[in-house]
Amino acid sequence: MLSISNLKVSVSGKEILHGVNLEIPEGETWTMFGPNGSGKTTLMMAISGMPGYSVTSGGITFLGKDITKLAMDGRAKLGIGTGFQQPPEITGVKLRDMIRICSGKGPKEDLSKDERKLVEKLRLSEFLDRDINAGFSGGEKKRAEILQLLFMKPKLLLLDEPDSGVDIESLRLIAGEVQNYIEKSGASALIITHQGEVLDYLKSEKGCVMVDGRIHCIKNPKQVLDEIRTVGYQKCIACHKMA
Amino acid sequence: MKKVNSLTEIPHEILEEAMKAGIDKEEGRAGSFFHIDHSTVMSKVNEKFEGKIEVMDIKDALGKYGWLEDYRWHLVDKNKDEYTRAADREFSGGYFLRILKGAKVELPLQSCLFISEKGLKQRVHNIVIAEEGSEASIITGCALHKESSGEHVGISEFFVKKGAKLNFTMIHNWSEETVVRPRSAALVDDGATFVSNYICMNPVKDLQMYPKAFCKGVGSTASFNSIIYAKDGSKIDVGSAVELSGKNSRAEIVSRTMVSGDSQIIARGMLEGIESPAKGHLECRGLILDDNSRIHAIPEIIGSKKDIELSHEAAVGKIAEKEITYLMSRGLSHDEAMSTIVRGFMDVGIMGLSKRVTV
Repeated sequence: MLSISNLKVSVSGKEILHGVNLEIPEGETWTMFGPNGSGKTTLMMAISGMPGYSVTSGGITFLGKDITKLAMDGRAKLGIGTGFQQPPEITGVKLRDMIRICSGKGPKEDLSKDERKLVEKLRLSEFLDRDINAGFSGGEKKRAEILQLLFMKPKLLLLDEPDSGVDIESLRLIAGEVQNYIEKSGASALIITHQGEVLDYLKSEKGCVMVDGRIHCIKNPKQVLDEIRTVGYQKCIACHKMA
Repeated sequence: MKKVNSLTEIPHEILEEAMKAGIDKEEGRAGSFFHIDHSTVMSKVNEKFEGKIEVMDIKDALGKYGWLEDYRWHLVDKNKDEYTRAADREFSGGYFLRILKGAKVELPLQSCLFISEKGLKQRVHNIVIAEEGSEASIITGCALHKESSGEHVGISEFFVKKGAKLNFTMIHNWSEETVVRPRSAALVDDGATFVSNYICMNPVKDLQMYPKAFCKGVGSTASFNSIIYAKDGSKIDVGSAVELSGKNSRAEIVSRTMVSGDSQIIARGMLEGIESPAKGHLECRGLILDDNSRIHAIPEIIGSKKDIELSHEAAVGKIAEKEITYLMSRGLSHDEAMSTIVRGFMDVGIMGLSKRVTV
């Protein structure tokens, strides 16, 4: 599904990713841990095609297609759905408009009954006619991000810290909906998490750790989390140095 | 032009331009007023609203009601500038709209001031009175013939009496050759609310106005919203001012401006707290779409009592890159993302207007 080989990425002229290799098979959910500033978000932005994240070597293949040079919207259309950690506010663009954009509807098309149900389930009915993310709380922003992604029906979900700054109830809600979607659609996912709380509600096949722009310790995510909880990132850093 | 009894009798090319300025079929309006060049061609109350509102030519109204003379030039100083003096000397008409005591008018009233003759100098004087406890909204469209030119001076005085609610929306659809000088003021009484919306999406040679609301009443409220797109060499100097001289009066001024194609906007705003407690907020936001245009935002606040809370924020700049990429991550192309952001920024939907009046 997603194949990344020897990926080097620079931001503002500084190399952040020093050769990342990653293979996420169809239908698998991967969890990525790592200390602050290790390059997790950079990797996610590079996969989604965010301008400013320049690939200086290596490449990204998605569904067998080299997408390294493809623009962001092209990647979204291919099936990459990105949930941002800090989504921007856009004046005058309503959550309802975002849903229309995500589901490819025309500006006058209304939501179907099932779509409205999903909005209700994520407790966002009252937010439909509000400017996207304007005055939304942490949990509301996360719910709105997930809602948009679910309307995009992506084949790969990229979630940047869905469990940070969010109340437990919202986390349970969004993780549950993401799990539902993955099970139904067979989509893959890459999830960045710091505390690993999301693993309480979401099934993940593999875990890995990003240290200083490289990926290590690909194994059972709970095992990775246990190690981080007991010894912190010390072991990962040692591993990284040995490598 | 001779008087007509229905908008359908108005020449198609005139009506077409008026509709771009918010004018709609009279069935959907509580009352309609139409003024072309120097004469009023229509003033009509929808029969469902008989006894609730009055729609008249101002000259007829001044003839009918002696007391109306006390309202004329009550809020706007006739010696303010050369335009007010010209309007005093040469005025050819205008509208008198009156919402009677306690009347709740569910449909908007509408009025159109139209220039059809090339080079015409239109001078109008409008008076609107929302009597005690009444509620109404008014849409005024100012427009002219395609490729025509002219000068429009319009004096408008609004009296929003005790507990009344008046929502006034003005839409301009001028041309690159029109000079426009509205001069407006509103008096807002105890517990009354005055909302003024202004929309200008089409080019205009030179437009300058600075309407002011006097919140004299206890608990009175005024709100100004302006959405302005200056393009194709337009020069626009627009602001809104509120004087908070009633206890517990409140005001909000919001302007969204956008410039392109060698255009200029000065976006002013003034909140003055005279009596306390009083509260107000002023917001000027501008988008600059090219390197040949300019926005000059001048938000001002004055407070002269300790229990006054006034604030302002102003921002001008280009469309934020992160907003574009956010929309692109949802599948929109760069251009689609830009136009979605611009449409949102200039969203007139908040004013409940028809889709004809959009970017």
